[in-house]
Amino acid sequence: MGLDIRIPIGLMFTILGLLLTSYGVITGSNEMYPRHSLGININLWWGLATLAFGVIMLLFGRRRTSANKPAARSPEGRAVEEMEHRKGLEH
Amino acid sequence: MQPQWIDYTIIIIYFIFVLGIGFLLKNYMKTSTDFFLSGRSIPAWITGLAFISANLGAQEVIGMGASGAKYGIATSHFYWVGAVPAMLFVGIFMMPFYYGSRARSVPEYLKLRFDEKTRGLNAISFAVMTVFSSGVSMYAMGKLLQLLLGWDFNFSIIISALIVLAYTFLGGLTSAIYNEVLQFFLIVIGFIPLVFLGLMDVGGWDGLQAKLATESVARGYAPGALTDSWRFMGSAGANPMGVEWFGLVMGLGFVLSFGYWCTDFLVVQRAMAAESMTSARRTPLIAAFPKMVFPFLVILPGMLAISVGSTTSQSNPVAVVRSNAADLSNVPTQGIIPAKIDEATGKPVLSKDGKYQFDYDLAIPKMLEKYFPAGMLGLGLCALLASFMSGMAGNTTAFNTVWTYDIYQSYLNRGASDQHYLWMGRMATVFGLAVSIAAAYVAKQFNNIMDVLQLVFAFVNAPLFATFMLGMFWKRATGHGAFFGLLGGTLAAAVHHGLTLPAGSGAGVKGGFLGPVVHIYPSEMAQNFWTAIFAWTTCFVITILISLLTRPRPEEELKGLVYSLTPKLKDEGLSWYQKPALLALVVIVLLVLLNLIFW
Repeated sequence: MGLDIRIPIGLMFTILGLLLTSYGVITGSNEMYPRHSLGININLWWGLATLAFGVIMLLFGRRRTSANKPAARSPEGRAVEEMEHRKGLEH
Repeated sequence: MQPQWIDYTIIIIYFIFVLGIGFLLKNYMKTSTDFFLSGRSIPAWITGLAFISANLGAQEVIGMGASGAKYGIATSHFYWVGAVPAMLFVGIFMMPFYYGSRARSVPEYLKLRFDEKTRGLNAISFAVMTVFSSGVSMYAMGKLLQLLLGWDFNFSIIISALIVLAYTFLGGLTSAIYNEVLQFFLIVIGFIPLVFLGLMDVGGWDGLQAKLATESVARGYAPGALTDSWRFMGSAGANPMGVEWFGLVMGLGFVLSFGYWCTDFLVVQRAMAAESMTSARRTPLIAAFPKMVFPFLVILPGMLAISVGSTTSQSNPVAVVRSNAADLSNVPTQGIIPAKIDEATGKPVLSKDGKYQFDYDLAIPKMLEKYFPAGMLGLGLCALLASFMSGMAGNTTAFNTVWTYDIYQSYLNRGASDQHYLWMGRMATVFGLAVSIAAAYVAKQFNNIMDVLQLVFAFVNAPLFATFMLGMFWKRATGHGAFFGLLGGTLAAAVHHGLTLPAGSGAGVKGGFLGPVVHIYPSEMAQNFWTAIFAWTTCFVITILISLLTRPRPEEELKGLVYSLTPKLKDEGLSWYQKPALLALVVIVLLVLLNLIFW
């Protein structure tokens, strides 16, 4: 319906990922990492993972928008239409 | 737990996106079908993720973590036995009737299949249950946030209710579904590092097994009782759940699980919003994949919480907010889970034999506190808030639809314009949430009233699946049969509960309120499973008997509503990964493997 949900999801996780990553960089030597997360800079690493997820979602969302053309405009689309016509699947 | 500015920033960003989605969808809500059913236009992967996210309320997340700490890996039965098989069944066998009949709600299907009184009974009990359960979980969340973060109880409830109100009011079911998908990812991304860090800390699965073996022996069970899911199900006394395999499989795996996943409008509504019949059928199947691995995200943290040592200064949150608390420095913890403290006296709660009780509901919050530094803590809290809000939004959208279509349009105001029902849906969103908030305050004042209500709801829900099963697969079942079967089943549940008790409890909400106690169950869970079994069987038998004595509806009217009178669906022209039967097969294979691995 109207809005492709992958765009807002992608956007949110990209922003959260960037935020966490940069916070991880700034606080790199902070004593909270040995105290909480076994010495791992979890903000940095999981921030990067979150960022990657966000970017992938954005790419998927973008891809659909650009591929969302009338079927007859592309060879694959025409092939699918022909197949549907043969099988009588049109409505 | 002391959140920093960074944590609050993350939470605020999340709130902005949740509200933004509602605003962006506002202009698409043109008809009541858009508002209540998303115009039946949502792709399967979205409805599928929303299907489990709506069920993934805060009580589910907190409760499954608590059960992980209490019962160990056997908690996975709630997923691998008590959810996934029923999800496959509703997708493969029941969705053709729900979606194909064009019913707009589950009660409406009952009206099409049986009669008006069966629909009315189901619609009214569902509407009442939904708003009250929503209130109960609101209360639980408000209390938890107060305990953990020191947030004001009123503030937590009002702010989260207002946000849910705003986005469901504006964007209807679509907004709720889209946000459930967002919340799904947030919960997954927020919890993975928690499990990862916890497992690393205890030395992987082997380390966890070793730690839990000690704990298990300390509690008086065999060493593997917390890490093997089936091995100790032979007798109720050998496993911490206190249930035996038959009660588990029939009570949880069949009656309760099928009753919930196959008939509860809260989840079925997500599938009804799908863009096509195959998408509707694939909705629960797609949901089954993440559902299968969720035990690792929500149960493992609970098991880890009782195995890891408390290295940081662990304060008891109840003790901190109570100024009258006694000196608690000598009270033991179980892993990082603190002993249960009586809120009124500030003293530890002891069991009958003088042992300390533990506050297992704090398992997941304590894990967040231990392993997440500022930054990640914000993400973890977001995941908790997300689970709370997705549950609340699920209840709200299910309530406003049943209220508008099955109560308002059917009994109060027939034949008004579509715009009027759209308006009524929005109003129902407002007063549904208002009643839920009121219920949360009632729960705060009188905890027992809510316990009694939830017990009554359990009685109403227990027999439901018998009615639907007979309705969909036996064309002879009649409206009178269904109606009196449901009443009889509910009554049977109440009578069974009233005549039995779980071990170690006195008569009251726990059972035995009818006087003579006929049977004592080893645990409350075993008692609940058997209550469900009795209710289902009674409903099944009464429905058949009365159906045989009453006049069936002509077969012509039942086309598309009953299995034997509906043309079989063909899955031609779909790629292999889109075929419901094949998806279900993949799920079954994975399910068997998981059960064998953790046997």
